[in-house]
Amino acid sequence: MKRFIPVLFFALFLALTYAVLQMPPAGTIDAPSYNHTTEHYLANALEETGATNVVAAILTDYRAWDTLGETIVLFTAIVAVISVLRKRPTAEVIRDE
Amino acid sequence: MSALFDNIINHINQIGACALIVIGLYIVVMHTNMIKRIIGINIFGTGVFYFFVSIGYVRGGQIPIVNGDESGVMINPLPSVLILTGIVVVVSITVYAMSLVIKIYEGYGTMDQAEITRMKSGENND
Amino acid sequence: MNDIIVKTVARIIVPFIQMYGIFVILNGHISPGGGFAGGALIGVSLILYTLVFGVGAAEKKFSHRLGDLSESGGILIYLLIGSVGIVSGGYFLTNLEAGFLKGETGALLSGGMIPLLMVAIGIKVTSTIITLFHAMIEEDPS
Repeated sequence: MKRFIPVLFFALFLALTYAVLQMPPAGTIDAPSYNHTTEHYLANALEETGATNVVAAILTDYRAWDTLGETIVLFTAIVAVISVLRKRPTAEVIRDE
Repeated sequence: MSALFDNIINHINQIGACALIVIGLYIVVMHTNMIKRIIGINIFGTGVFYFFVSIGYVRGGQIPIVNGDESGVMINPLPSVLILTGIVVVVSITVYAMSLVIKIYEGYGTMDQAEITRMKSGENND
Repeated sequence: MNDIIVKTVARIIVPFIQMYGIFVILNGHISPGGGFAGGALIGVSLILYTLVFGVGAAEKKFSHRLGDLSESGGILIYLLIGSVGIVSGGYFLTNLEAGFLKGETGALLSGGMIPLLMVAIGIKVTSTIITLFHAMIEEDPS
């Protein structure tokens, strides 16, 4: 039973490949993910923000709220790690008081 | 038959991302060492991000730096922007999982999940 | 590490890595890069210093108190820049209608609030990487 598990995972990989081959054609300009939002961002980013890098203009001007949420995630990660790895005072220190 | 071949070549990026996803899932399921499982979660996340970013590619397109006098089509910048936030979340989760593994090693003396289960069921049976 | 080659090369190369990281942060609105990549570069240069010279020498360069200040300071600068939009009558986090300068295309001081946000993000990511590395590598004094 234990040596059939790699065959099972290979069958999962073939199922995923079959699902990928049903996708609409990728890599051209009439893919469904190239919609009016992208065309608006590419055409109006220079005059509405003044930055030449479209990725930076989207990240900090059009979608600045998501970047604020991500900064809060970084802060929460530090608080969580320090709360786990803190050094507790030993028992002799507490018994002295 | 050649239409199937053309279809595979057009979607080769997404098929590679599916291979990374299956490799990551195999590592998490089959190994019992905790550090190897955390690495498997990272590989899984990298496969998902690669799948998402490869949707924005346009054949023959240019990078999205506008100068005011560009010509031709540009690639889609939107998937790259959304993945920048995702990478930071995966790094935070990896760091927190590793700190928990440090505390488990200090408490039990081993990093193997099967051995910890054996020790805990051994001390419950006494 | 007690190797003379590693110590000499590390001492020469750390300022250049930091200079490149500051360059990538400040040119975030002109060329690819931005706050996250530049912050990671500066954080990695201090990790290299910690690995070569030990935790005690690196604590003098970037102490715990400086890490606390810069972590909270990064988010507070972001929120203050966002509140300028509320004060001047628009939404939270508006760029050009809140009074930031637009400048000319391609110059270093252009794009409104985009370079200021990149600096805030760079400070935050730098202090995150260094604080996490020092928290995990500290050993008990016993």
